[in-house]
Amino acid sequence: MIPARVVITGLGAVTPLGLTVEDMWACLCAGTSGVDKITAFDPVGFSCKLAGQVPDFKIRDYVLKSFRKATKLMSRDIELSVAAAKEALVSSGLITKGIDPENINIDPTRMAINLGAGLISCDLVELAPAVAASITDGKFDILKWGKDGLEQVTPLWLLKYLPNMLACHIGIIHDIQGPSNTITCAEASAHLAISEAAQIIARGDSDTALAGGAEAKVNPIVMIRQCLLKRAANEDFDDPAAACRPFDADAKGSIFGEAAGVVILESLQNAQRRGAKIYAEVVGFGQSNNINPAYEHLEPDGKGIEIAITKAMADANIKPEELDLIIPHGTGIPADDLAEAAAIQAALGDTAARPTVWPTKSMLSNTGAAAGALDIIAALCAMADGKIPAAKNCDRKAEGCNLNIVNQVQQKNIRYALCCSYTYGGQTAAIILKQPN
Amino acid sequence: MAERVVITGMGIVCPLGHDVETVWQAMLAGKSGVSKNTIFDASTFPTTFDAEVKDYDYTKYTKNPDLHKHANRGSAFVVGAAVQACSQAAIDVETADPADGIDRSRLGIYLGAGEGSVDNDVFFAAIVEGWDAESNEMDWDKWAKVAFSRMSPMRELEQEPNMPAAHIAMLTAARGPTRSCLTACAASTQAAGEATMLIRRRDADVMIAGGAHSMIHPLGLTGFNRLTALSTRNDSPQTASRPFAAGRDGFILGEGAAILILESLSSAKKRNAEILAEVIGFGSSSDAFRVTDMHDQGRGAIQAITAALADAGISYKNVDYINTHGTSTTENDSIETKAIKAVFKERAKNTPASSVKSMLGHLIGAAGAAELITCVCAIRDNIAPPTTNLNDPDPELDLDYVPNEPRKMPINIAMNESFGFGGQNNVVIVKRYE
Repeated sequence: MIPARVVITGLGAVTPLGLTVEDMWACLCAGTSGVDKITAFDPVGFSCKLAGQVPDFKIRDYVLKSFRKATKLMSRDIELSVAAAKEALVSSGLITKGIDPENINIDPTRMAINLGAGLISCDLVELAPAVAASITDGKFDILKWGKDGLEQVTPLWLLKYLPNMLACHIGIIHDIQGPSNTITCAEASAHLAISEAAQIIARGDSDTALAGGAEAKVNPIVMIRQCLLKRAANEDFDDPAAACRPFDADAKGSIFGEAAGVVILESLQNAQRRGAKIYAEVVGFGQSNNINPAYEHLEPDGKGIEIAITKAMADANIKPEELDLIIPHGTGIPADDLAEAAAIQAALGDTAARPTVWPTKSMLSNTGAAAGALDIIAALCAMADGKIPAAKNCDRKAEGCNLNIVNQVQQKNIRYALCCSYTYGGQTAAIILKQPN
Repeated sequence: MAERVVITGMGIVCPLGHDVETVWQAMLAGKSGVSKNTIFDASTFPTTFDAEVKDYDYTKYTKNPDLHKHANRGSAFVVGAAVQACSQAAIDVETADPADGIDRSRLGIYLGAGEGSVDNDVFFAAIVEGWDAESNEMDWDKWAKVAFSRMSPMRELEQEPNMPAAHIAMLTAARGPTRSCLTACAASTQAAGEATMLIRRRDADVMIAGGAHSMIHPLGLTGFNRLTALSTRNDSPQTASRPFAAGRDGFILGEGAAILILESLSSAKKRNAEILAEVIGFGSSSDAFRVTDMHDQGRGAIQAITAALADAGISYKNVDYINTHGTSTTENDSIETKAIKAVFKERAKNTPASSVKSMLGHLIGAAGAAELITCVCAIRDNIAPPTTNLNDPDPELDLDYVPNEPRKMPINIAMNESFGFGGQNNVVIVKRYE
C-alpha cells in the first residue's frame, strides 16, 4: 500500500497571546509578549514570578449545551484543549457532532485523535480542605486521611488529572471514535502526537485526525519544579516581556506558560475531495533521543536533535538549502539553547546559517506539551503570509550560536519549514512542513 | 511490502515475580500477587490491600545504579524489565560499543508509562503549612518555603511520565524514535501496537516497547477508591480479584513494568535472534461516550477488536485464545463479554478468554504489556492461563473464561485486549512464528 499524503487543514490555538490563531499570529507579528506577572496564584516566595497566562475565557462557550455539565470534570489543561480543538475544527470545515449535530460531515469511526499532554498537577486549593481534615499534632496523618480526608475529595477527582482526559473529552464532545492516543513526553509531546496522527492517516487507519497538545503550567507545583530544576529564569526582571531570551547572550532561563494548540490533519485525498483549504503538507518526521546522565538537560552537542532533524530531512527527501524557516525549541535555558544550536548546525552543515531561525517562546512562553503545536501553527501562518516575524529578545546571540536569527520582519516565500523539539528525559522530534502548491 | 514484526525478548517485574518464567509459572499455579498494602499505611482506607512488587532491587540490573537512584517505582521496575528483555534479545546494554548488530539510530523506545508518586511527606506538609482553614485560602509564601526547602529537584522531575523511557535510553543508548503514551489502563498495549507500526513503516528496526507504572501511593489509592473502582474485600485480598464472577466488586491496584523487544523480521534473522512470536495485528479506537463509563454496548471495544483482526488479515475464527482486559469490575467484565460475543458470534463461547488480573492485579499503564507477554507464553507452551477466583459464575456472563485451572490446548494466535478509563481501546494480536 502506498502511504497516504497528509495535509493540515485546520488550526486552533489558545495561548498567552489570545484565544485564537489570529490573535496569536497578530501578536507574534507585532512582537508582543504574553509573559507577565503570575496572577493564577500569589508567586511571592517563588524564584520565578513570571508566566505566560491565557486570557480569561468561559469553557461553557466552547461546548454544546448538552455537554455543559461535563465541564465540571475539566482541569485547566482539558479546558484549554477543548477550546483550541473547537477552533481547529471550525477552521477546517469539518462538521462534527460538537459543532453542528444536524450537519455532520465526518465519519466518526474514521477520525483519530492524538494529543500531547503534561503531567497534570492537581489543584492544591481543591485538595487542601481534605488535607486540613487529616492533621494530628500539626502534621499530616495518613490514618485520618484514609478515614476523613478521603471522604472530602470529590468522587470523580482522579478523572480531572488523567492525561488522557484531554483526548477523552474532545472525543466525546465531537464524537471521534477512531484511534485515540495521548503522548506524555513533556515538551516534545505535541510534535510526537502530530507525527503519530499523521502516520495513522498515512497507513490508512483514519482519514482525518485532531492532533496537538495542551498543558497548563501555571500551577504552583509545576512552577516550583521548574524553579527547583533551575530551568525557570530566576531573576527579577523590570520588564517581564524581556525575560525569556532564547539564544541570547543574556538568557537566564525559561518562562513557563499555558496553552493549547490543535491542528486538523487529513489525507490529501480527503481534503481535495471536499475542497478544503490546505495550509501545508506534512512531509517529514524524525525522532530520536538525547542521552545524557544529567537528563534534565540536553547533551551538550544536541546529538538527539541532530539525528531527529537528519531523519526528518531524509523522510521528506529534501536538501538543507530547501529549508526557509526553522522554528527551534529555544527555551531560553542557556545550556540547552547552545546544544540545540549545535545540533541544527551539525544537521544542516554548510547551509546552517541560511534559513531563518525564529524562536517563539520569547513571546509565547514555554507551554510544555502545547509548545510544539503552537510552533507548527506559527510556521503555517508564516508560510501563508510569506512573512517571518522578528525574533524577540535575541539582541546579542550567545557565543557558539551561529544561527540566522533575525531581529526584523522578513518577507519570504517559505517552501519548507522545520519545527523541532526536545524534552528533559530525552525524547526529540522534528517535523517538516511543505507549502502547498 | 511492510516489514513483519516479531518479538525477540521479554522482561517483567510484577507482583508475581521479577522474571517471565517465574511469573508464568505462578500464573499456571494459580498464585495470587495480592496482599495487604505495605507501601504506606492504608489501614483506614476503604481498600487496604493491593498487588505490590516485593523484594525488588533495581541495582542488581545495572552497573551504574547512581544513574537511576532518583527513579520512581515505575522507572525502577522498568530498569529490571528492560535489562531482562534486552538480554534475551541479545541487545547490549551499558556499553559504549554495542556489538549486537543494531544501529542505535534505529533502536527506539515506546512505553505506556504512568506518572510517579508525589513526594508524599513534603507534598502534604507544604499544604498543611500553607492552608488557612479559617479563610479557606492558601498562603503560597508559606507553602513555597516548605516546598523550596524540602522538595528534591530530581525527585520532582522523576514524577514525569516520560522518565521510564529516559532510564531505558540511558541503559541502551537507543537513538531511534522514542515515545511515551498514557492512555490509562490501555497504555502499554497501545505502545506495543504503535511501536509495531513504527517498525512496519521502517522508522526503526528494533523497538523496546511496554509499560511501567505504580499508582500505589496515597493519592492514587484515594482517586480509585473515590471512583469506587477498587474491590473492598479487605477480609480476603487473595480472592478479591474475581473477573467475570458474580461477586466481583472492583479491581485490585497493582504495579510493575513489562517490556517486549519488537523487531523487524529481517533484523531478527540477520542477527540470528530467537523469535518468540510474531505481532500480526493492532487495532485502536475510542468510545467517545462518557469519561466515567464504557460504551454500554461495547461499541469502541468492538471497533478495536475488528480493526485488529482486519489488520492481521484474519477472521475471529482464527483466534485461539483471548487475554481479556477482565478487570473484575461489574462494568468492564459485562461489556467486554458483550463485545466478544458481538465479534466472535457463534465462536464466542468456544474461544477461551481468561483474565490474569485475577492473579496479577491491575498494573494500570503496565497491564497491557504484562498481558501481552502472557499471550506469548501461552502460544509457546500451548496453555491458556486461568481466571482464578471464578467460583461463583455470573449467570449473565457465559463465555469460556478458563475458570481456575490452566488449560493445555493448541494456541497459535492470541489476542490481547486493553480498555482504558475514558474509553481508549487497544487490541494486539500475536501469532506463533512460522
